[in-house]
Amino acid sequence: MKSLERSIEKSVEKSVFARQLRSRLGDAALVVSTGAATLLVLVILAVLVLDVLHHGSARLTWTFLSSPPTEGMTAGGVFPAIFGTVAMVILMTIAVVPAGVATAVYLHEYADRQARLTRLIRIAVNNLAGVPSIVFGLFGLGFFIQFVGAGMDRAFFSGAKVFGQPALIWASLTMAVLTLPVVIVATEEALRTVPRELREASLALGATKFQTVLNVVLPQATPGILTGTILAISRGAGEVAPILFTGAAYYLPQLPWHPSSQFMHLGYHVYVLATQSPDVDASKPLLYSTVLVLLAVTFVLNLSAFVVRSRMRHRFAGATS
Amino acid sequence: MKIPIEAENPKITVRGLSVFYGQKKALGPVSMDMPEKRVTALIGPSGCGKSTFLRSLNRMNELIPGCRMEGTVQLDTQPIYGPGIDPVIVRRRIGMVFQRSNPFPKSIFENVAYGLRISGMTSGSEMSGRVERALRQAALWEEVKDRLTESALGMSGGQQQRLCIARALAVEPEVLLMDEPASALDPIATAHIEELINELSDNYTVVIVTHNMQQAARVSDFTAFFYMGDLIEVDKTQVLFTKPSQSKTEDYITGRFG
Repeated sequence: MKSLERSIEKSVEKSVFARQLRSRLGDAALVVSTGAATLLVLVILAVLVLDVLHHGSARLTWTFLSSPPTEGMTAGGVFPAIFGTVAMVILMTIAVVPAGVATAVYLHEYADRQARLTRLIRIAVNNLAGVPSIVFGLFGLGFFIQFVGAGMDRAFFSGAKVFGQPALIWASLTMAVLTLPVVIVATEEALRTVPRELREASLALGATKFQTVLNVVLPQATPGILTGTILAISRGAGEVAPILFTGAAYYLPQLPWHPSSQFMHLGYHVYVLATQSPDVDASKPLLYSTVLVLLAVTFVLNLSAFVVRSRMRHRFAGATS
Repeated sequence: MKIPIEAENPKITVRGLSVFYGQKKALGPVSMDMPEKRVTALIGPSGCGKSTFLRSLNRMNELIPGCRMEGTVQLDTQPIYGPGIDPVIVRRRIGMVFQRSNPFPKSIFENVAYGLRISGMTSGSEMSGRVERALRQAALWEEVKDRLTESALGMSGGQQQRLCIARALAVEPEVLLMDEPASALDPIATAHIEELINELSDNYTVVIVTHNMQQAARVSDFTAFFYMGDLIEVDKTQVLFTKPSQSKTEDYITGRFG
Protein backbone atom coordinates (compact mmCIF):
# COMPACT_ATOMS: atom_id res chain seq x y z
CA MET A 1 0.00 0.00 0.00
CA LYS A 2 2.73 2.39 1.03
CA SER A 3 4.55 1.96 -2.25
CA LEU A 4 1.35 2.52 -4.20
CA GLU A 5 0.72 5.73 -2.31
CA ARG A 6 4.24 6.84 -2.95
CA SER A 7 4.03 6.13 -6.64
CA ILE A 8 0.75 8.05 -6.84
CA GLU A 9 2.37 10.94 -5.03
CA LYS A 10 5.25 10.82 -7.40
CA SER A 11 3.11 10.80 -10.48
CA VAL A 12 1.09 13.69 -9.08
CA GLU A 13 4.31 15.57 -8.42
CA LYS A 14 5.45 14.80 -11.91
CA SER A 15 2.26 16.06 -13.50
CA VAL A 16 2.39 19.23 -11.38
CA PHE A 17 5.96 19.70 -12.48
CA ALA A 18 5.01 19.11 -16.09
CA ARG A 19 2.20 21.60 -15.85
CA GLN A 20 4.50 24.20 -14.32
CA LEU A 21 7.07 23.60 -17.02
CA ARG A 22 4.44 23.93 -19.69
CA SER A 23 3.11 27.18 -18.29
CA ARG A 24 6.64 28.51 -18.01
CA LEU A 25 7.32 27.58 -21.62
CA GLY A 26 4.05 29.28 -22.50
CA ASP A 27 5.20 32.41 -20.69
CA ALA A 28 8.49 32.41 -22.53
CA ALA A 29 6.77 31.88 -25.88
CA LEU A 30 4.45 34.78 -25.15
CA VAL A 31 7.33 37.08 -24.26
CA VAL A 32 9.20 36.11 -27.41
CA SER A 33 6.22 36.46 -29.74
CA THR A 34 4.98 39.78 -28.34
CA GLY A 35 8.54 41.09 -28.28
CA ALA A 36 9.04 40.04 -31.89
CA ALA A 37 5.85 41.80 -32.91
CA THR A 38 7.01 44.98 -31.20
CA LEU A 39 10.39 44.69 -32.84
CA LEU A 40 8.75 44.29 -36.24
CA VAL A 41 6.79 47.49 -35.74
CA LEU A 42 9.94 49.34 -34.67
CA VAL A 43 11.88 48.04 -37.66
CA ILE A 44 9.17 49.10 -40.09
CA LEU A 45 9.06 52.56 -38.53
CA ALA A 46 12.85 52.85 -38.55
CA VAL A 47 13.14 51.78 -42.19
CA LEU A 48 10.42 54.22 -43.19
CA VAL A 49 11.93 57.18 -41.35
CA LEU A 50 15.51 56.39 -42.36
CA ASP A 51 14.54 55.90 -46.00
CA VAL A 52 12.70 59.22 -46.08
CA LEU A 53 15.56 60.96 -44.27
CA HIS A 54 18.16 59.43 -46.55
CA HIS A 55 16.47 60.32 -49.83
CA GLY A 56 14.72 63.44 -48.67
CA SER A 57 17.37 65.40 -46.83
CA ALA A 58 19.52 66.02 -49.92
CA ARG A 59 17.02 68.36 -51.52
CA LEU A 60 15.86 69.88 -48.27
CA THR A 61 17.21 73.39 -48.61
CA TRP A 62 15.89 76.75 -47.51
CA THR A 63 14.84 77.45 -51.11
CA PHE A 64 12.83 74.23 -51.09
CA LEU A 65 11.01 75.28 -47.92
CA SER A 66 10.42 78.87 -48.97
CA SER A 67 9.50 78.81 -52.65
CA PRO A 68 6.61 77.47 -54.73
CA PRO A 69 7.02 74.54 -57.15
CA THR A 70 8.32 75.53 -60.55
CA GLU A 71 8.88 74.02 -63.98
CA GLY A 72 6.01 71.58 -63.90
CA MET A 73 6.76 70.31 -60.39
CA THR A 74 10.27 69.22 -61.29
CA ALA A 75 11.98 72.06 -59.43
CA GLY A 76 11.28 74.67 -56.78
CA GLY A 77 9.83 74.02 -53.38
CA VAL A 78 6.73 73.36 -51.33
CA PHE A 79 6.12 76.55 -49.36
CA PRO A 80 2.49 77.04 -50.47
CA ALA A 81 1.78 73.44 -49.47
CA ILE A 82 3.32 73.91 -46.02
CA PHE A 83 1.36 77.09 -45.53
CA GLY A 84 -1.86 75.51 -46.78
CA THR A 85 -1.48 72.45 -44.57
CA VAL A 86 -0.82 74.50 -41.46
CA ALA A 87 -3.66 76.93 -42.22
CA MET A 88 -6.07 74.06 -42.82
CA VAL A 89 -5.09 72.30 -39.58
CA ILE A 90 -5.42 75.50 -37.53
CA LEU A 91 -8.85 76.30 -38.97
CA MET A 92 -9.89 72.69 -38.43
CA THR A 93 -8.76 72.83 -34.79
CA ILE A 94 -10.65 76.07 -34.20
CA ALA A 95 -13.78 74.39 -35.54
CA VAL A 96 -13.50 70.90 -34.09
CA VAL A 97 -12.44 71.58 -30.50
CA PRO A 98 -15.38 73.77 -29.42
CA ALA A 99 -17.89 71.55 -31.25
CA GLY A 100 -16.40 68.32 -29.90
CA VAL A 101 -16.04 69.58 -26.34
CA ALA A 102 -19.57 70.97 -26.32
CA THR A 103 -20.95 67.66 -27.59
CA ALA A 104 -19.02 65.68 -24.98
CA VAL A 105 -20.14 68.02 -22.18
CA TYR A 106 -23.74 67.57 -23.29
CA LEU A 107 -23.45 63.80 -23.51
CA HIS A 108 -21.61 63.38 -20.21
CA GLU A 109 -22.97 66.16 -18.01
CA TYR A 110 -26.48 66.91 -19.18
CA ALA A 111 -27.99 64.09 -21.22
CA ASP A 112 -29.87 61.35 -19.41
CA ARG A 113 -27.45 58.46 -19.80
CA GLN A 114 -30.13 55.79 -20.06
CA ALA A 115 -32.26 57.66 -22.57
CA ARG A 116 -32.64 56.15 -26.02
CA LEU A 117 -31.66 59.39 -27.74
CA THR A 118 -28.37 59.60 -25.81
CA ARG A 119 -27.48 56.05 -26.73
CA LEU A 120 -28.37 56.76 -30.35
CA ILE A 121 -26.11 59.82 -30.39
CA ARG A 122 -23.28 57.76 -28.91
CA ILE A 123 -23.70 55.05 -31.53
CA ALA A 124 -23.76 57.73 -34.22
CA VAL A 125 -20.52 59.25 -32.91
CA ASN A 126 -18.81 55.88 -32.87
CA ASN A 127 -20.01 55.12 -36.38
CA LEU A 128 -18.80 58.50 -37.58
CA ALA A 129 -15.32 57.39 -36.55
CA GLY A 130 -15.62 54.34 -38.81
CA VAL A 131 -16.74 56.09 -41.99
CA PRO A 132 -14.10 55.95 -44.76
CA SER A 133 -12.45 59.33 -45.22
CA ILE A 134 -13.33 59.61 -48.92
CA VAL A 135 -16.99 59.58 -47.88
CA PHE A 136 -16.31 62.65 -45.77
CA GLY A 137 -14.85 64.27 -48.86
CA LEU A 138 -18.04 63.61 -50.78
CA PHE A 139 -20.10 64.81 -47.83
CA GLY A 140 -18.09 68.04 -47.74
CA LEU A 141 -18.64 68.54 -51.46
CA GLY A 142 -22.36 67.92 -51.21
CA PHE A 143 -23.09 69.69 -47.93
CA PHE A 144 -20.56 72.48 -47.49
CA ILE A 145 -19.91 73.46 -51.10
CA GLN A 146 -23.10 72.70 -52.97
CA PHE A 147 -25.51 73.43 -50.14
CA VAL A 148 -23.97 75.90 -47.65
CA GLY A 149 -21.53 77.61 -50.01
CA ALA A 150 -23.92 77.90 -52.93
CA GLY A 151 -26.59 79.14 -50.53
CA MET A 152 -24.24 81.83 -49.22
CA ASP A 153 -23.46 82.89 -52.77
CA ARG A 154 -27.14 83.24 -53.59
CA ALA A 155 -27.81 85.16 -50.39
CA PHE A 156 -24.80 87.49 -50.19
CA PHE A 157 -23.04 87.58 -53.56
CA SER A 158 -26.04 87.63 -55.90
CA GLY A 159 -25.10 84.30 -57.42
CA ALA A 160 -21.40 84.94 -58.10
CA LYS A 161 -19.25 81.94 -57.29
CA VAL A 162 -17.39 82.84 -54.10
CA PHE A 163 -18.11 80.18 -51.53
CA GLY A 164 -19.87 77.72 -53.79
CA GLN A 165 -16.60 76.09 -54.85
CA PRO A 166 -13.74 74.16 -53.25
CA ALA A 167 -12.12 76.37 -50.61
CA LEU A 168 -9.83 76.34 -47.60
CA ILE A 169 -12.74 76.89 -45.24
CA TRP A 170 -14.73 73.94 -46.60
CA ALA A 171 -11.73 71.63 -46.53
CA SER A 172 -11.05 72.63 -42.92
CA LEU A 173 -14.66 72.08 -41.91
CA THR A 174 -14.80 68.73 -43.69
CA MET A 175 -11.67 67.68 -41.84
CA ALA A 176 -13.22 68.95 -38.62
CA VAL A 177 -16.21 66.65 -39.15
CA LEU A 178 -13.81 63.75 -39.76
CA THR A 179 -11.90 64.38 -36.52
CA LEU A 180 -14.97 65.23 -34.44
CA PRO A 181 -15.38 61.73 -32.94
CA VAL A 182 -11.77 61.76 -31.74
CA VAL A 183 -12.31 64.96 -29.78
CA ILE A 184 -15.70 63.85 -28.43
CA VAL A 185 -14.43 60.49 -27.19
CA ALA A 186 -11.25 61.93 -25.61
CA THR A 187 -13.19 64.74 -23.91
CA GLU A 188 -15.81 62.36 -22.54
CA GLU A 189 -13.02 60.19 -21.19
CA ALA A 190 -11.46 63.24 -19.53
CA LEU A 191 -14.80 64.33 -18.03
CA ARG A 192 -15.24 60.86 -16.59
CA THR A 193 -11.99 61.17 -14.62
CA VAL A 194 -12.99 64.41 -12.87
CA PRO A 195 -13.59 63.30 -9.26
CA ARG A 196 -17.15 63.44 -7.98
CA GLU A 197 -15.83 65.12 -4.83
CA LEU A 198 -14.81 68.21 -6.78
CA ARG A 199 -18.18 68.53 -8.48
CA GLU A 200 -19.93 68.11 -5.14
CA ALA A 201 -17.66 70.68 -3.49
CA SER A 202 -18.63 73.21 -6.11
CA LEU A 203 -22.34 72.42 -6.03
CA ALA A 204 -22.40 72.48 -2.21
CA LEU A 205 -21.07 76.04 -2.35
CA GLY A 206 -24.15 77.08 -4.25
CA ALA A 207 -22.72 76.86 -7.74
CA THR A 208 -25.09 76.05 -10.56
CA LYS A 209 -24.38 73.07 -12.76
CA PHE A 210 -23.16 75.36 -15.52
CA GLN A 211 -20.78 77.19 -13.16
CA THR A 212 -19.48 73.87 -11.92
CA VAL A 213 -18.83 72.60 -15.43
CA LEU A 214 -17.16 75.85 -16.46
CA ASN A 215 -15.02 76.51 -13.37
CA VAL A 216 -14.21 73.06 -12.03
CA VAL A 217 -14.93 70.28 -14.49
CA LEU A 218 -13.53 71.74 -17.72
CA PRO A 219 -10.26 73.06 -16.21
CA GLN A 220 -9.71 69.66 -14.64
CA ALA A 221 -10.44 67.95 -17.96
CA THR A 222 -8.27 70.28 -20.05
CA PRO A 223 -5.21 67.99 -20.35
CA GLY A 224 -7.49 65.20 -21.61
CA ILE A 225 -9.20 67.56 -24.04
CA LEU A 226 -5.78 68.58 -25.35
CA THR A 227 -4.89 64.92 -25.82
CA GLY A 228 -7.97 64.65 -28.03
CA THR A 229 -6.86 67.77 -29.88
CA ILE A 230 -3.43 66.26 -30.49
CA LEU A 231 -5.01 63.11 -31.90
CA ALA A 232 -7.30 65.19 -34.11
CA ILE A 233 -4.37 67.23 -35.42
CA SER A 234 -2.35 64.10 -36.17
CA ARG A 235 -5.24 62.68 -38.10
CA GLY A 236 -6.18 65.93 -39.83
CA ALA A 237 -2.68 66.85 -40.95
CA GLY A 238 -2.16 63.57 -42.76
CA GLU A 239 -5.54 62.83 -44.37
CA VAL A 240 -5.90 63.69 -48.03
CA ALA A 241 -9.14 62.08 -49.20
CA PRO A 242 -11.50 64.55 -47.45
CA ILE A 243 -9.90 67.57 -49.11
CA LEU A 244 -9.64 66.15 -52.63
CA PHE A 245 -12.98 67.65 -53.69
CA THR A 246 -13.30 70.33 -51.06
CA GLY A 247 -10.33 72.64 -51.44
CA ALA A 248 -6.94 71.16 -52.31
CA ALA A 249 -5.35 72.64 -55.41
CA TYR A 250 -3.13 70.80 -57.87
CA TYR A 251 -0.91 73.83 -58.35
CA LEU A 252 -1.43 77.25 -56.81
CA PRO A 253 1.64 79.36 -56.09
CA GLN A 254 -0.38 82.11 -54.33
CA LEU A 255 -1.02 81.65 -50.64
CA PRO A 256 -4.65 81.20 -49.54
CA TRP A 257 -5.19 84.50 -47.74
CA HIS A 258 -8.96 84.25 -48.01
CA PRO A 259 -11.02 81.36 -46.58
CA SER A 260 -12.74 80.99 -49.95
CA SER A 261 -9.51 80.40 -51.88
CA GLN A 262 -8.14 76.99 -52.69
CA PHE A 263 -4.86 75.88 -51.21
CA MET A 264 -1.99 73.49 -51.73
CA HIS A 265 -1.60 70.68 -49.22
CA LEU A 266 1.48 68.58 -48.47
CA GLY A 267 -0.32 65.25 -48.49
CA TYR A 268 -2.07 66.02 -51.75
CA HIS A 269 1.18 67.37 -53.17
CA VAL A 270 2.85 64.04 -52.41
CA TYR A 271 0.09 62.31 -54.37
CA VAL A 272 0.45 64.78 -57.23
CA LEU A 273 4.23 64.39 -57.38
CA ALA A 274 3.97 60.61 -57.31
CA THR A 275 1.27 60.14 -59.92
CA GLN A 276 0.25 63.36 -61.67
CA SER A 277 3.59 64.97 -62.44
CA PRO A 278 4.43 65.46 -66.12
CA ASP A 279 7.85 64.00 -65.44
CA VAL A 280 7.65 61.47 -62.59
CA ASP A 281 11.36 60.65 -62.59
CA ALA A 282 12.38 64.29 -62.36
CA SER A 283 10.02 64.96 -59.46
CA LYS A 284 11.05 61.87 -57.48
CA PRO A 285 13.74 63.55 -55.34
CA LEU A 286 11.26 66.32 -54.60
CA LEU A 287 8.73 63.68 -53.61
CA TYR A 288 10.99 62.36 -50.87
CA SER A 289 11.69 65.81 -49.52
CA THR A 290 7.99 66.65 -49.53
CA VAL A 291 7.23 63.51 -47.52
CA LEU A 292 9.92 64.51 -45.07
CA VAL A 293 8.41 67.98 -44.73
CA LEU A 294 4.94 66.48 -44.24
CA LEU A 295 6.27 64.29 -41.43
CA ALA A 296 8.06 67.25 -39.88
CA VAL A 297 5.00 69.53 -40.07
CA THR A 298 2.79 66.88 -38.47
CA PHE A 299 5.42 66.43 -35.79
CA VAL A 300 5.69 70.16 -35.08
CA LEU A 301 1.91 70.59 -34.91
CA ASN A 302 1.75 67.71 -32.45
CA LEU A 303 4.65 69.06 -30.47
CA SER A 304 3.01 72.44 -30.01
CA ALA A 305 -0.14 70.79 -28.66
CA PHE A 306 2.07 68.68 -26.37
CA VAL A 307 3.76 71.81 -25.04
CA VAL A 308 0.41 73.46 -24.35
CA ARG A 309 -0.75 70.36 -22.51
CA SER A 310 2.32 70.10 -20.30
CA ARG A 311 2.00 73.82 -19.49
CA MET A 312 -1.57 73.16 -18.40
CA ARG A 313 -0.47 70.21 -16.28
CA HIS A 314 2.20 72.38 -14.73
CA ARG A 315 -0.40 74.94 -13.79
CA PHE A 316 -2.18 72.33 -11.68
CA ALA A 317 1.12 71.33 -10.07
CA GLY A 318 0.47 68.74 -7.42
CA ALA A 319 -2.85 67.80 -8.96
CA THR A 320 -1.56 64.32 -9.63
CA SER A 321 -0.48 63.62 -6.05
CA MET B 1 -39.95 54.43 18.33
CA LYS B 2 -39.44 57.83 16.72
CA ILE B 3 -39.10 60.59 19.26
CA PRO B 4 -39.10 63.92 17.50
CA ILE B 5 -37.58 66.47 19.76
CA GLU B 6 -39.26 69.81 19.71
CA ALA B 7 -36.34 72.14 20.04
CA GLU B 8 -37.00 75.60 21.41
CA ASN B 9 -35.33 77.31 18.52
CA PRO B 10 -35.44 75.00 15.53
CA LYS B 11 -33.29 76.04 12.58
CA ILE B 12 -34.04 72.95 10.58
CA THR B 13 -37.24 71.03 11.02
CA VAL B 14 -37.55 67.56 9.50
CA ARG B 15 -40.88 65.76 9.38
CA GLY B 16 -41.49 62.28 8.01
CA LEU B 17 -38.40 62.28 5.80
CA SER B 18 -37.79 59.06 3.86
CA VAL B 19 -35.10 58.57 1.24
CA PHE B 20 -35.12 55.84 -1.41
CA TYR B 21 -32.40 54.74 -3.80
CA GLY B 22 -34.36 53.16 -6.61
CA GLN B 23 -36.74 50.72 -4.97
CA LYS B 24 -34.66 50.41 -1.82
CA LYS B 25 -35.51 52.49 1.19
CA ALA B 26 -32.36 53.92 2.77
CA LEU B 27 -33.83 56.08 5.48
CA GLY B 28 -36.85 56.93 7.48
CA PRO B 29 -39.34 58.14 8.05
CA VAL B 30 -37.40 60.50 10.30
CA SER B 31 -38.68 63.48 12.24
CA MET B 32 -36.41 65.72 14.28
CA ASP B 33 -35.39 69.33 14.86
CA MET B 34 -31.96 70.84 14.72
CA PRO B 35 -31.78 73.84 17.05
CA GLU B 36 -30.25 77.13 16.01
CA LYS B 37 -26.61 77.86 16.91
CA ARG B 38 -26.16 74.46 18.42
CA VAL B 39 -24.14 71.44 17.32
CA THR B 40 -26.20 68.38 16.50
CA ALA B 41 -24.27 65.14 16.07
CA LEU B 42 -25.57 62.19 14.05
CA ILE B 43 -24.10 58.87 15.16
CA GLY B 44 -24.64 55.23 14.23
CA PRO B 45 -22.91 52.30 12.56
CA SER B 46 -21.91 52.37 8.87
CA GLY B 47 -24.87 52.25 6.52
CA CYS B 48 -27.34 53.44 9.14
CA GLY B 49 -28.49 56.34 6.97
CA LYS B 50 -26.87 59.21 8.84
CA SER B 51 -24.94 60.50 5.82
CA THR B 52 -28.01 60.10 3.63
CA PHE B 53 -29.94 62.14 6.18
CA LEU B 54 -27.26 64.83 6.23
CA ARG B 55 -27.14 65.07 2.44
CA SER B 56 -30.88 65.49 2.22
CA LEU B 57 -30.64 68.64 4.36
CA ASN B 58 -29.04 70.65 1.55
CA ARG B 59 -30.46 68.73 -1.40
CA MET B 60 -27.19 66.99 -2.30
CA ASN B 61 -28.98 63.65 -2.52
CA GLU B 62 -30.86 64.60 -5.63
CA LEU B 63 -27.54 64.62 -7.54
CA ILE B 64 -27.55 60.83 -7.21
CA PRO B 65 -29.53 59.24 -10.05
CA GLY B 66 -32.51 57.24 -8.85
CA CYS B 67 -32.72 58.99 -5.48
CA ARG B 68 -36.21 59.90 -4.34
CA MET B 69 -37.58 61.36 -1.12
CA GLU B 70 -40.75 61.93 0.84
CA GLY B 71 -41.55 64.18 3.77
CA THR B 72 -40.58 67.76 4.49
CA VAL B 73 -37.45 69.63 5.49
CA GLN B 74 -37.80 73.23 6.63
CA LEU B 75 -35.11 75.83 6.99
CA ASP B 76 -36.59 78.32 9.46
CA THR B 77 -40.13 78.22 8.13
CA GLN B 78 -39.32 77.62 4.49
CA PRO B 79 -39.73 74.14 3.01
CA ILE B 80 -36.47 73.49 1.11
CA TYR B 81 -38.13 70.90 -1.14
CA GLY B 82 -41.06 73.18 -1.83
CA PRO B 83 -42.17 73.95 -5.39
CA GLY B 84 -40.14 76.68 -7.01
CA ILE B 85 -37.30 76.43 -4.48
CA ASP B 86 -33.94 76.48 -6.26
CA PRO B 87 -31.49 73.96 -4.78
CA VAL B 88 -28.68 76.41 -5.57
CA ILE B 89 -30.18 78.95 -3.13
CA VAL B 90 -30.67 76.23 -0.51
CA ARG B 91 -27.01 75.22 -0.78
CA ARG B 92 -25.85 78.80 -0.40
CA ARG B 93 -27.68 78.97 2.91
CA ILE B 94 -26.69 75.47 4.04
CA GLY B 95 -22.99 74.80 3.49
CA MET B 96 -21.30 71.44 3.56
CA VAL B 97 -17.92 69.95 4.45
CA PHE B 98 -17.16 66.48 3.17
CA GLN B 99 -15.45 63.43 4.65
CA ARG B 100 -12.49 63.60 2.31
CA SER B 101 -11.06 67.07 1.96
CA ASN B 102 -11.68 68.17 -1.59
CA PRO B 103 -9.91 71.45 -2.33
CA PHE B 104 -9.99 72.61 -5.93
CA PRO B 105 -6.68 72.44 -7.81
CA LYS B 106 -6.41 76.21 -7.46
CA SER B 107 -4.56 78.54 -5.11
CA ILE B 108 -5.48 78.76 -1.43
CA PHE B 109 -7.03 82.18 -2.00
CA GLU B 110 -9.03 81.04 -5.02
CA ASN B 111 -10.41 78.07 -3.11
CA VAL B 112 -11.89 80.29 -0.44
CA ALA B 113 -12.99 82.92 -2.96
CA TYR B 114 -14.73 80.37 -5.20
CA GLY B 115 -18.14 80.62 -3.57
CA LEU B 116 -17.95 84.42 -3.65
CA ARG B 117 -16.97 84.50 -7.30
CA ILE B 118 -19.79 82.26 -8.42
CA SER B 119 -22.29 84.44 -6.57
CA GLY B 120 -21.06 87.39 -8.63
CA MET B 121 -18.48 89.09 -6.41
CA THR B 122 -15.45 90.39 -8.27
CA SER B 123 -11.93 90.71 -6.92
CA GLY B 124 -11.39 93.61 -4.59
CA SER B 125 -10.93 94.57 -1.00
CA GLU B 126 -14.31 93.17 -0.02
CA MET B 127 -13.38 89.78 -1.40
CA SER B 128 -9.95 89.70 0.26
CA GLY B 129 -11.61 90.75 3.50
CA ARG B 130 -14.13 87.92 3.28
CA VAL B 131 -11.40 85.42 2.42
CA GLU B 132 -9.28 86.53 5.35
CA ARG B 133 -12.21 86.36 7.74
CA ALA B 134 -13.16 82.87 6.57
CA LEU B 135 -9.57 81.68 6.96
CA ARG B 136 -9.42 83.20 10.44
CA GLN B 137 -12.70 81.52 11.41
CA ALA B 138 -11.23 78.23 10.24
CA ALA B 139 -8.10 78.92 12.33
CA LEU B 140 -5.95 78.75 9.24
CA TRP B 141 -5.04 82.37 8.58
CA GLU B 142 -1.78 82.44 10.53
CA GLU B 143 -0.52 79.31 8.77
CA VAL B 144 -1.30 80.38 5.22
CA LYS B 145 -1.34 84.18 5.11
CA ASP B 146 2.08 84.27 3.41
CA ARG B 147 1.28 81.69 0.77
CA LEU B 148 -2.24 82.47 -0.37
CA THR B 149 -1.23 82.17 -4.01
CA GLU B 150 0.26 78.70 -3.63
CA SER B 151 -1.64 75.61 -4.69
CA ALA B 152 -4.02 74.28 -2.06
CA LEU B 153 -2.90 70.77 -2.94
CA GLY B 154 0.46 71.40 -1.28
CA MET B 155 -1.13 71.68 2.16
CA SER B 156 -1.30 68.94 4.78
CA GLY B 157 -4.45 66.86 5.12
CA GLY B 158 -5.60 68.72 8.22
CA GLN B 159 -4.95 72.09 6.62
CA GLN B 160 -6.84 71.03 3.50
CA GLN B 161 -9.86 70.10 5.59
CA ARG B 162 -9.77 73.44 7.42
CA LEU B 163 -9.47 75.11 4.03
CA CYS B 164 -12.65 73.31 2.97
CA ILE B 165 -14.33 74.62 6.12
CA ALA B 166 -13.09 78.15 5.35
CA ARG B 167 -14.36 77.77 1.79
CA ALA B 168 -17.80 76.81 3.10
CA LEU B 169 -17.80 79.67 5.64
CA ALA B 170 -16.78 82.33 3.10
CA VAL B 171 -20.25 82.37 1.54
CA GLU B 172 -21.67 82.97 5.04
CA PRO B 173 -24.18 80.14 5.23
CA GLU B 174 -26.59 79.84 8.14
CA VAL B 175 -26.06 76.14 8.61
CA LEU B 176 -22.91 74.05 8.24
CA LEU B 177 -23.24 70.33 7.52
CA MET B 178 -20.17 68.20 8.20
CA ASP B 179 -19.89 64.62 6.98
CA GLU B 180 -17.27 62.93 9.17
CA PRO B 181 -14.94 65.90 8.74
CA ALA B 182 -12.14 64.43 10.83
CA SER B 183 -12.27 60.76 9.97
CA ALA B 184 -9.28 60.93 7.63
CA LEU B 185 -7.14 63.07 9.93
CA ASP B 186 -4.56 62.38 12.62
CA PRO B 187 -5.39 63.10 16.30
CA ILE B 188 -3.80 66.55 16.37
CA ALA B 189 -5.58 67.71 13.22
CA THR B 190 -8.78 66.19 14.62
CA ALA B 191 -8.39 68.20 17.84
CA HIS B 192 -8.01 71.35 15.71
CA ILE B 193 -11.24 70.62 13.87
CA GLU B 194 -13.15 69.84 17.06
CA GLU B 195 -12.00 73.08 18.67
CA LEU B 196 -13.13 74.83 15.54
CA ILE B 197 -16.59 73.27 15.66
CA ASN B 198 -17.00 74.49 19.22
CA GLU B 199 -16.19 78.05 18.15
CA LEU B 200 -18.39 77.88 15.06
CA SER B 201 -21.46 77.04 17.11
CA ASP B 202 -21.48 80.61 18.44
CA ASN B 203 -22.58 81.79 15.02
CA TYR B 204 -23.68 78.78 13.05
CA THR B 205 -26.05 75.88 13.29
CA VAL B 206 -23.84 72.82 12.86
CA VAL B 207 -24.90 69.30 11.99
CA ILE B 208 -22.08 66.77 12.09
CA VAL B 209 -21.98 63.11 11.16
CA THR B 210 -19.39 61.16 13.07
CA HIS B 211 -18.31 57.58 13.59
CA ASN B 212 -16.56 58.53 16.74
CA MET B 213 -18.75 58.60 19.83
CA GLN B 214 -16.19 60.41 21.95
CA GLN B 215 -16.12 63.09 19.30
CA ALA B 216 -19.90 63.41 19.35
CA ALA B 217 -19.77 63.69 23.15
CA ARG B 218 -17.05 66.32 22.97
CA VAL B 219 -18.42 68.65 20.33
CA SER B 220 -22.19 68.37 20.27
CA ASP B 221 -25.11 69.77 22.22
CA PHE B 222 -27.59 67.28 20.80
CA THR B 223 -27.04 63.77 19.49
CA ALA B 224 -29.21 61.63 17.25
CA PHE B 225 -28.65 57.88 17.03
CA PHE B 226 -29.48 56.23 13.70
CA TYR B 227 -29.70 52.50 13.15
CA MET B 228 -30.66 50.56 10.00
CA GLY B 229 -32.14 53.65 8.36
CA ASP B 230 -34.21 54.67 11.38
CA LEU B 231 -33.79 57.43 13.88
CA ILE B 232 -33.74 55.52 17.16
CA GLU B 233 -33.29 58.32 19.62
CA VAL B 234 -32.40 61.98 19.79
CA ASP B 235 -31.69 63.96 22.92
CA LYS B 236 -29.32 66.33 24.62
CA THR B 237 -25.88 64.81 24.18
CA GLN B 238 -25.30 64.49 27.91
CA VAL B 239 -28.60 62.69 28.40
CA LEU B 240 -28.22 60.40 25.41
CA PHE B 241 -24.79 59.24 26.49
CA THR B 242 -25.61 58.83 30.19
CA LYS B 243 -29.28 57.87 30.33
CA PRO B 244 -30.38 56.64 26.89
CA SER B 245 -34.05 55.75 26.82
CA GLN B 246 -33.70 53.07 24.13
CA SER B 247 -31.91 49.80 24.71
CA LYS B 248 -30.44 49.88 21.16
CA THR B 249 -28.84 53.23 21.92
CA GLU B 250 -27.40 51.87 25.10
CA ASP B 251 -26.08 48.79 23.31
CA TYR B 252 -24.39 50.99 20.72
CA ILE B 253 -22.81 53.54 23.01
CA THR B 254 -21.54 50.85 25.35
CA GLY B 255 -19.95 49.13 22.37
CA ARG B 256 -22.09 46.01 22.31
CA PHE B 257 -22.52 46.27 18.53
CA GLY B 258 -21.54 48.48 15.62
